[in-house]
Amino acid sequence: MLAQILAVTWMNLRSLPLRLGSSSVVVVGIAGVVAVLVTLLAMAGGFSAALERGGSPERALVQRAGANSEMSSTLNPEDVRILSTMPEVAAYSPELYVVADVPKRSNRQPANLVIRGVRSDAFAVRPEIEIVAGRALAPGKRELIAGRGAAAEFLGIDLGAKVDLRNNDWTVVGLFTAEGSAYESELWADLPVAQSAFRRGATVQSVRVRLTSADALEAFAARVEDDRRLELEALGEEEFYAGQSKSMDALIRGFGYTVAVIMAFGAFFAALNTMFTAVSARTVEIATLRALGFGGGAVLASVMAEATGLALLGGALGGAVAYFGFNGFTVSTLNNASFSQVAFDFAVTPELLILGLLWALGLGLVGGLLPAAQAARLPIVTALRGE
Amino acid sequence: MALVRCQDLQKSFVKGRETVEVLDGINLEIQQGDFLALMGPSGSGKTTLLNLIGGLDHPSAGAVEVGGVPLNEMSARQLAKWRAENIGFVFQFYNLLPVLSAQRNVELPLLLTPLSSRQRKANAATALKIVGLEDRAKHKPGELSGGQQQRVAIARAIVADPTLLVCDEPTGDLDRETADEILSLLEVLNQEHGKTIIMVTHDPKAAERAAQVLRMDKGRLAQEAA
Repeated sequence: MLAQILAVTWMNLRSLPLRLGSSSVVVVGIAGVVAVLVTLLAMAGGFSAALERGGSPERALVQRAGANSEMSSTLNPEDVRILSTMPEVAAYSPELYVVADVPKRSNRQPANLVIRGVRSDAFAVRPEIEIVAGRALAPGKRELIAGRGAAAEFLGIDLGAKVDLRNNDWTVVGLFTAEGSAYESELWADLPVAQSAFRRGATVQSVRVRLTSADALEAFAARVEDDRRLELEALGEEEFYAGQSKSMDALIRGFGYTVAVIMAFGAFFAALNTMFTAVSARTVEIATLRALGFGGGAVLASVMAEATGLALLGGALGGAVAYFGFNGFTVSTLNNASFSQVAFDFAVTPELLILGLLWALGLGLVGGLLPAAQAARLPIVTALRGE
Repeated sequence: MALVRCQDLQKSFVKGRETVEVLDGINLEIQQGDFLALMGPSGSGKTTLLNLIGGLDHPSAGAVEVGGVPLNEMSARQLAKWRAENIGFVFQFYNLLPVLSAQRNVELPLLLTPLSSRQRKANAATALKIVGLEDRAKHKPGELSGGQQQRVAIARAIVADPTLLVCDEPTGDLDRETADEILSLLEVLNQEHGKTIIMVTHDPKAAERAAQVLRMDKGRLAQEAA
């Protein structure tokens, strides 16, 4: 049986050049489905990864109890002092979190750019931050350091450039990376200078804490909650960013799957039509094979093999388009949870490429089934006459 | 001993609301080693009879036995296996697969046998040698003349050493000279290799080469000596 299937499949594949046009429709159609699906999921994955990469199991975020983002939180200096004395805290960084309208490079329309006021402690809490150009902030000066994503996405955020914030010129003195996390979408400024410029007095929006160990998170969160002097809550950073990415991730994935399903219908009918045409064009050949004694199962399997082969070729092509066209491509979008733009890289992962191939395979199987069944059930006598 | 035995064989088709009787009670015996020509006007039922004897179709009624095997009692799957082991087909338009070389076309029926690849190649080469085309083994059908293509088809028909060759207008698409060559080849297969041959033809000159000619008209047989 296997020899029959291989022989008939080999013949089908050998005759593909004779049906190049219609076969290309299947390949291109399925490539389109896979490219769109993989690209949109790579976008969702990149967005989530950018947020989740900022999270460390050894770090916690402390903000006002009930606040759903750093934007809506406020901590006074006494809160910060109390936090700093807790035994689970290895280092802490009180931080101002505001947004400013800065035009994007892509459309020159203003969008929210996060300005984070920090002290030098911020770097101790986040050792992954690395100045890759220029220098670090000098205390007491209206200076900014820009994340790699912010510099790529926003107009005028260049090393040495002056940026107008609150009617004052701020100088971009450095560029930093943060292992691709959402911090790279931010501008950082010296905390006291930022508090003054944005008229926040001595308050901050959040405190980042580096814990003595990842295991200390539970005890730290309980201690913050139980302290009657505080109306704060502590969240593990990973949990915080997972929550932030959830809605956008679901939105992009939902959109991606919806578009892919719509396109898949088109590709399915293209595959169906092509395989029906292929079977029709080979009616006499198939009937001859059946007359010689080849079974209907071998014919069915061979048509299915051709359909899935074409589909997998389309899937590979679509995956290649997504990978070479979009992997690492940097864009930014609004993070609804923080009302700020997050720059992120499309992440075309091996898992997504495999998913794309599985979609292609599914389309090939479904699109090839009816034509294959028709081929297997051709009445030999009439088919031999080409009818 | 009769190789083929048809008893009250009937075949009808439904066309629209009408039932068309194509074979109307055929009784026939064909002996092992015969070379039989079936003649008759278009629509007389000769190809239908050939298809029933070749196991390509089921009768509406009656019985057809080949080598003692009742074909009318077999399922489609059983018939496919039986055809592969017992029947060689030669068609009017050769029915070769255009993407395969002559060698590969001839090898096709052997893919249904347990022979090794080497044995298949050797048997296909022998069959091509019998039809005089050993030097065209690598050629594809499109690179061969009509007569050569029919020779390849005959090689394919005999490569698995079948009991019976059924030939449907084997010279219908060929000029006189080439047709004579093909008929000579069929004679050789019948006389020297002992193949039983049933040939449907419109061509009286082709029928003259057969040992026996049967005439059909309106689904019935009228026998005459060759």
